[in-house]
Amino acid sequence: MAAGVAAWLPFARAAAIGWMPVANLPMPVAPTEKNKKQDELIVLNVSGRRFQTWKNTLDRYPDTLLGSSEKEFFYNEETKEYFFDRDPDVFRSVLNFYRTGKLHYPRYECILSYDEELAFFGIVPEIIGDCCYEEYKDRKRENAERLMDDQEDNKDSKLPNMTFRETMWRAFENPQTSTMALVFYYVTGFFIAVSVMTNVVETVPCGSVPNQKEVPCGERYTVAFFCMDTACVMIFTVEYLMRLFAAPNRYRFMRSVMSIIDVVAILPYYIGLVMTDNEDVSGAFVTLRVFRVFRIFKFSRHSQGLRILGYTLKSCASELGFLLFSLTMAIIIFATVMFYAEKGSSSSKFTSIPASFWYTIVTMTTLGYGDMVPKTIAGKIFGSICSLSGVLVIALPVPVIVSNFSRIYHQNQRADKRRAQKVQKARLARIRLTKTESSSAFLHSKRNGLFNEALELTSSTKEEQHLGKSSSLLESQHHHLLHCLEKTTNHEFVDEQYYQQSYLEGGLQNYPQRSPSLSSQDGVTGTCCSRRNKKHNTPLRNASGPAHMQPLTHTQTHNRGLQELSTIHIQPLSTSRSSLNMRIDEPASLNCQSSQITTAIISIPTPPVTTPEGDAHLPTGPSHQNVVKVSAL
Amino acid sequence: MGLEGMEIIAITVVVGLFIVVLKQFGIWEPLSLEADTSDSDLELSMVRHQPEGLEQLQAQTKFTKKELQSLYRGFKNECPSGLVDEETFKSIYSQFFPQGDATTYAHFLFNAFDMDRNGSIRFEDFVIGLSVLLRGSITEKLRWAFNLYDINKDGLVTKEEMLAIMTSIYDMMGRYTLPSVREESPFEHVEKFFQKMDRNRDGVVTIDEFIETCQKDEDIMASMQLFENVI
Repeated sequence: MAAGVAAWLPFARAAAIGWMPVANLPMPVAPTEKNKKQDELIVLNVSGRRFQTWKNTLDRYPDTLLGSSEKEFFYNEETKEYFFDRDPDVFRSVLNFYRTGKLHYPRYECILSYDEELAFFGIVPEIIGDCCYEEYKDRKRENAERLMDDQEDNKDSKLPNMTFRETMWRAFENPQTSTMALVFYYVTGFFIAVSVMTNVVETVPCGSVPNQKEVPCGERYTVAFFCMDTACVMIFTVEYLMRLFAAPNRYRFMRSVMSIIDVVAILPYYIGLVMTDNEDVSGAFVTLRVFRVFRIFKFSRHSQGLRILGYTLKSCASELGFLLFSLTMAIIIFATVMFYAEKGSSSSKFTSIPASFWYTIVTMTTLGYGDMVPKTIAGKIFGSICSLSGVLVIALPVPVIVSNFSRIYHQNQRADKRRAQKVQKARLARIRLTKTESSSAFLHSKRNGLFNEALELTSSTKEEQHLGKSSSLLESQHHHLLHCLEKTTNHEFVDEQYYQQSYLEGGLQNYPQRSPSLSSQDGVTGTCCSRRNKKHNTPLRNASGPAHMQPLTHTQTHNRGLQELSTIHIQPLSTSRSSLNMRIDEPASLNCQSSQITTAIISIPTPPVTTPEGDAHLPTGPSHQNVVKVSAL
Repeated sequence: MGLEGMEIIAITVVVGLFIVVLKQFGIWEPLSLEADTSDSDLELSMVRHQPEGLEQLQAQTKFTKKELQSLYRGFKNECPSGLVDEETFKSIYSQFFPQGDATTYAHFLFNAFDMDRNGSIRFEDFVIGLSVLLRGSITEKLRWAFNLYDINKDGLVTKEEMLAIMTSIYDMMGRYTLPSVREESPFEHVEKFFQKMDRNRDGVVTIDEFIETCQKDEDIMASMQLFENVI
């Protein structure tokens, strides 16, 4: 229930009078407020700054520090106020959460200090409102990345006992680790440069044999160039094989871009070796040599900037695609127009529309070679429009690409978008969870209430009675309201899963199994409670066991009825629903982020499996263990 | 040679662009007859309502000053403008019944509270209604309930009206109930109700029949007292 709506609970309860004349059954007793005093002001002194609020406001969230009795630890008798030695600026947001029901994240606040304050006051960060949640998550991610970077730098110096393979891999990936790695790094870099230079110089005409035309150096000094090429390729091959050996996941390594570049760089040489002296394919062989230029991409291992550029282009694929598409559209349009405009003029170079493409491209990119120019007036007019629009069309997507590059460069390249989607899904799942909490809370408290009354039946001690006080007054009033509705319509709220199950198994046949012995035993609590008792006994029994075993059940559990108040992680709600089927569905996404959640969970350990109905007892246990009161209601 | 097809088009395009440039410089003002519609939107959101003074409300209801203060604080928190419209009311009420659909019943409730039928509940309506429900005599409460059931406020509750109310109550239960809500459940319930209430079997229940029958039923009388100490 939201905070503000809690103020309307009295109204909703009063309006329930409308159901009374219609109901055929008597209504349950309303929960009474034990000490009903007028609403009072509480003074909260946070590091000298005094905040005041109504006690009711704080009571809206009974699972947080301020809403529960935990704040009594901070009560100062002399000044009659609650003193907290915390940051008053962040406390403003915390207190506003109680007042408005929405938690906001102030942008100027450091994310770590904010998290600490929330953890101190027992508030789950996931309930930050939509308005501030993106900002919060972004800052948290940045922070986590920064921490991870720092850790990575520290990590490299340690780890003495790695295998040879792992050492090699680390050496390849991070040249700073050892001298050998550094040497290797520089040697490969040198040879890449040498190889590229060789390819370039190969084609330069160098000196002429007197009675022939100029030959490129490659053909003049064939042997020298061949030796150089062989040396480089051998180094590259050895490097590639060493990387392949050291890679932790060979298959993944082979699919990575860098390894493909490596392969493409050395393959032409080997193909050339295999295919020499074969005239037919020599043409293709020449083309293969073009691929040798890919060796230059091997430099991207040596240059961070190059990698970032490549990543930027990849991430800006959509903008680039848009640029390409709009350019294509414009080219076709203008080419057509120019062709028809220039059709009339004689000796026009615009012989066909595809021929006009060249003119359009050259004009739109403002190159203007001048090999094709329009001669008619219409042609010139449209040509000028073409060049103006070319400037615009190209200028628009480019800043997007530039800003992307700068952003990625500063963030040091991470796959933000993909991770954000996963987190968003997890967050939505968590919010959905807390929303369905309210409907399940009633069902849980019904089972809980059943347990309470069962304990009362069998001479409970003081300890067990504390169980009854576990839910707040607001909760009990809300549940009483829902209970009155049940009585009015003579139907009961049940779990979705149980509902489906009962229809699969024809579960209505459980009803006649009410034991007369039970009704004689619980005359204390009145008709409504006993009926609730019986109706809930049947769901708890999965199989149809003998009804007279019920009292025994409760004595057993009563003997073991320990109660733990502990702060542990949130249990996924689905486990309670599955109590009937002994299946624990644990969506992993709900568990992973719960490291900072502090909620009070009252857990009752599983009753011993000593009775003959061992099977049926186990369902009881988990169903009570997972009564979760989440503060984020 | 004269102007040919393409030339004409070219000249037209040039002239058009020229006009665009002129507009940019503000030399050529196209006639604009649109009135400013942006301002009128502001007015609607400024509607608000201040309630009557505390003393007057004290006189009209049976609440103490402190109770009225605490009620108003809760009211104002949820509805800062001082008025509750039907949509807000429905959404607030639905939050208490997460498993079912409380909007129809909330609609009937809204009409019961909105006494002057102007489509919004003011604080006075709210507090007067609550006063009847929580501090009123049994007869007043029964009258209020009758008013709720009587949808068209003609002083008679027909079977159709009762069926609508009953269906809305059953809607609040939702799908997952035990036993399951069937199509005829509300209808059967209405039949039982009419059997009990309709003395002269004329198919409608008047206010007197209603009050008389309820006063004779112990369960109903007991349940009417249930919410005395809500505030």
